[in-house]
Amino acid sequence: MSRQILLALLAGVLFGAGLAISGMADPARVRGFLDLAGTWDPTLAFVMGGALIPMALAWGIRSKLEHPLAAPAFDLPETRRIDARLIAGAAVFGIGWGVAGLCPGPAFAGLAVNAAAAGTFVVAMLAGMALHRLTLAR
Amino acid sequence: MDAFSRAMPAAGFAGGLLIGIAAALMLLGAGRIAGVSGLAARAVGLATAGAPRGVALAFIVGLPLGAAAVAAAVGPIATRFPGSAWTLVVGGLLVGFGTRLGSGCTSGHGVCGLSRLSFRSVVATAVFMASGFATVAAINAMGGGW
Repeated sequence: MSRQILLALLAGVLFGAGLAISGMADPARVRGFLDLAGTWDPTLAFVMGGALIPMALAWGIRSKLEHPLAAPAFDLPETRRIDARLIAGAAVFGIGWGVAGLCPGPAFAGLAVNAAAAGTFVVAMLAGMALHRLTLAR
Repeated sequence: MDAFSRAMPAAGFAGGLLIGIAAALMLLGAGRIAGVSGLAARAVGLATAGAPRGVALAFIVGLPLGAAAVAAAVGPIATRFPGSAWTLVVGGLLVGFGTRLGSGCTSGHGVCGLSRLSFRSVVATAVFMASGFATVAAINAMGGGW
């Protein structure tokens, strides 16, 4: 378990560093990507492209592994259903993403850059998660 | 300003590679999806299933540490956050609620799901992208901004 925790910490650090290097810790830049009719900033597409390469390789390696390197078993989502929850949830998330220019990863990474603003967003985001838990959670 | 003039394709791609390596580490090392919304909910006790709490918390704590390490190495990270606290609060509430209802965000559905060729994640990503584009267009049309 402690190996898993160290590994998760390292993954979080690399992920946060990647967000900072790629400009994705900047809400104005993310909003620039979402602003198709304005001064569109395609940087986010390059970030996605970069991130998909190691992960596509990783999925290929995963199919050859009996179990993860530091954990007893893979625990991965196997749901395949496309339902109203998925669509409505993604739509609501997209609205919030457009409003503030922040999604969960950059919000946490942003705590290191602008603790007041990112902190305000993170507290509200956790409240939104709690609201879901109290209302529509299964 | 001309379109594309602010873009940073090389830094974006390099940072993206790092994000992908981090997600690959979670998958191959811990056997889990590096989905930030799910791990955050798990870390604060708002999800019943998922990663062990310590694992989730470690990943989430790592995010600002990684950004701080970059700032320490290369200097301050240029950012512009919304000026209004209400914008942050409304956006945060919608992102928190929506990512839980839709079971993922840009990292889980976007990075991990798309690379797995999960049709469910392809649909979710298309919907939140379209919703984000429409939201910014609507805010601009109403003369709103930050």
